[in-house]
Amino acid sequence: MSDQNLSGKVCVVTGAGRGIGKAIAEMLAQSGGHVICVSKSEESCGTLAKELRAEGFSAEHFAVDVSSSAEVTSVCKTILGKYRSVDVLVNNAGIARDNLVLRMSEQDWKDVIDTNLSSCFHWTKALIHPMIKKNWGRIVNMSSIVGIRGNFGQVNYAAAKAGIIGFTKSAAKEVASRGITVNAIAPGFIQTDMTKKLGETVVAEILKNIPMKKLGTPQDVANAVKFLCSPGAQYITGHVISVDGGLGM
Amino acid sequence: MTSNNIEARVRKIIVDQLDVNEEQVTPEASFLDDLGADSLDTVELVMAFEDEFKDEIRGEISESEAEKMRTVKDVIDFINKKLASE
Repeated sequence: MSDQNLSGKVCVVTGAGRGIGKAIAEMLAQSGGHVICVSKSEESCGTLAKELRAEGFSAEHFAVDVSSSAEVTSVCKTILGKYRSVDVLVNNAGIARDNLVLRMSEQDWKDVIDTNLSSCFHWTKALIHPMIKKNWGRIVNMSSIVGIRGNFGQVNYAAAKAGIIGFTKSAAKEVASRGITVNAIAPGFIQTDMTKKLGETVVAEILKNIPMKKLGTPQDVANAVKFLCSPGAQYITGHVISVDGGLGM
Repeated sequence: MTSNNIEARVRKIIVDQLDVNEEQVTPEASFLDDLGADSLDTVELVMAFEDEFKDEIRGEISESEAEKMRTVKDVIDFINKKLASE
């Protein structure tokens, strides 16, 4: 199954500890990339990197709070000191703090914007210059169907995910002349810890509206990321690819 | 002596960054019109100048200062002026 078209490429995946990020890290590693697994918890990204190495793939890990510009800058300095440049950046880290706007605390608003949206800025700013120098790069940002359509109880999450789309398109225009593509993925409902919290009745209701009548898997999303990172996707930039079983139609 | 040194360092950065010949880098040469730079190149140039001349200019080159740097001579004059003002 594994092709090697990311052979020798250094790939950073944030939020790699579990769910969609973990599947992306695994898939990029299987494609031959050296995967730098980033998550807030040392344990989860460390375990993943260890598992990947045990399977014969190339991986390492860093525990980083992606909402902290200082932490991201410092770890990127270490990474660039070692590899000079990063080829693939997947901004996947994200959290949810759902509540009706009427009841949402300012802290929950800020935490979600900082972790889901500002993190894209911190990582991109820290890693884009060497990509420009190298005339090659792939950036994939994790948006969401919620960023396109909005969702009850998620003004913070939806605002961050919609913000990622604007960020993606603007960054794509800025670096298009340097062989760097910047795209976003908009997953629908995917089987992860985040959607597990929704409960059976909510999921049953959601399934009614999904043309494919099933939730997606983290691997479904990872496949789209892998495609966008491949050399063959070099003419696709500024796009938002939905991976949602038709829900967004 | 010092000013020659600065000119040589400025010219070297331009040659490296824009991949042009030394002869093309005349004092009046415009980055955008004569040396084939695009907007990203000019930002990279400013960053390279900041890096190379960090002891001379002490800090970042502001947006308005950067906008005025259209030619090779503009850059050399800017750095000399910073040095003179110390």
